Amino acid sequence: MSRLRRTMLYVPGSKPGMLADVAIYGADAIMFDLEDAISLKEKDTARMLVYNAVKTVDYGNTELVCRINGLDSPYGERDIEAMVAAGIHVIRLPKTETAQDLHDVEALIEKYEKKYDRKIGSVRMMAAIESALGIINAYEIATASKRLIGIAIGAEDYVTNLKTKRSPSGVEILYARSQLLNAARAAGIAALDTVFSDINDMEGFENEVKLIKQLGFDGKSVINPKQIPVVHAVYKPTDAEVAHAKAVVAAIEEAEAKGYGVISLKGKMVDKPIVERAERILELSKLSE
Amino acid sequence: MQLNKPATSGTMDSCDISIRIENNTGTENEVFLSSIVEKQYGKQIVALIHEVLKKHQIKGVTVNAVDRGALDCTIKARLESAIYRGLGKEHALDWSVIDHE
Repeated sequence: MSRLRRTMLYVPGSKPGMLADVAIYGADAIMFDLEDAISLKEKDTARMLVYNAVKTVDYGNTELVCRINGLDSPYGERDIEAMVAAGIHVIRLPKTETAQDLHDVEALIEKYEKKYDRKIGSVRMMAAIESALGIINAYEIATASKRLIGIAIGAEDYVTNLKTKRSPSGVEILYARSQLLNAARAAGIAALDTVFSDINDMEGFENEVKLIKQLGFDGKSVINPKQIPVVHAVYKPTDAEVAHAKAVVAAIEEAEAKGYGVISLKGKMVDKPIVERAERILELSKLSE
Repeated sequence: MQLNKPATSGTMDSCDISIRIENNTGTENEVFLSSIVEKQYGKQIVALIHEVLKKHQIKGVTVNAVDRGALDCTIKARLESAIYRGLGKEHALDWSVIDHE
């Protein structure tokens, strides 16, 4: 069964109180940030704090992700070394534009998996795409490594690159979201949406979550714990959806036993894509419990 | 081993600890702690600081620490950051030395 990735909560690596408490909010993944949230003069101390937190704090089954600095900075390789040594689950590369960006990170991950006696391939990767070039190369990026669990859109940098700004409708990033989603699905990995920056606009946030769920995204990066229950509620299948999905699966099992390929349920044709959707709803329902 | 320069790390935020470390004129380590949980955990925090200094083979330094309720892993992280800054090695570490085992 696949892992839920509805919410990925950002935590600045420089805040010890947040590093210790973050697991209680119930996000599916925690993303320790060593990049934009950290000033240049505190890169070393944030790296040390996150290393010690990952080694010490019990985060349960939460997926642990670290957003590292880019390899074009003096900090990127140091971040990779520390996080591999700590046993992080996923390294998230910011501002990914080409498959080569991922190949470079992967080579360093493997180098440090060997140095710290970690199983080769155990540290997974995620790529954040934040530019027009990255969106154009989305499929190349999505298929660049077997370590990749997903790709994510970083909309703030992307709209700046487009020479526009974000709007409530999100029309300016619709193309990028669609392109990224298609690339992720073609590659068989997760697609994760960008942050919603106004933590006081909960209505706008909920509308955006509904939009990205309808588009097909697996989930969304969140910047405040209060955004988590909203995402989980939107993604939780309704009782009616679950009941219908159970009926579809039962009907198709009965049809298969009788040797039929296509069946009808309450007057509507049920074929393979509808069964797949029903199975996804049941899986999501079970994981959401 | 002593430091190349005095160093600081940490903040006065809740759940954090502010550390200043510098060489003294002797060969022993000195620790001065002020903590909001000093009555209950003061001795334990001072012992942890001595333990980390010993692990890194640091001798002849004075540590001034102002604790705001930091967990052990935060105290360790802040002190190690200050040590490596004092040694001028803050971005070139061997993480197997820093390990918890």
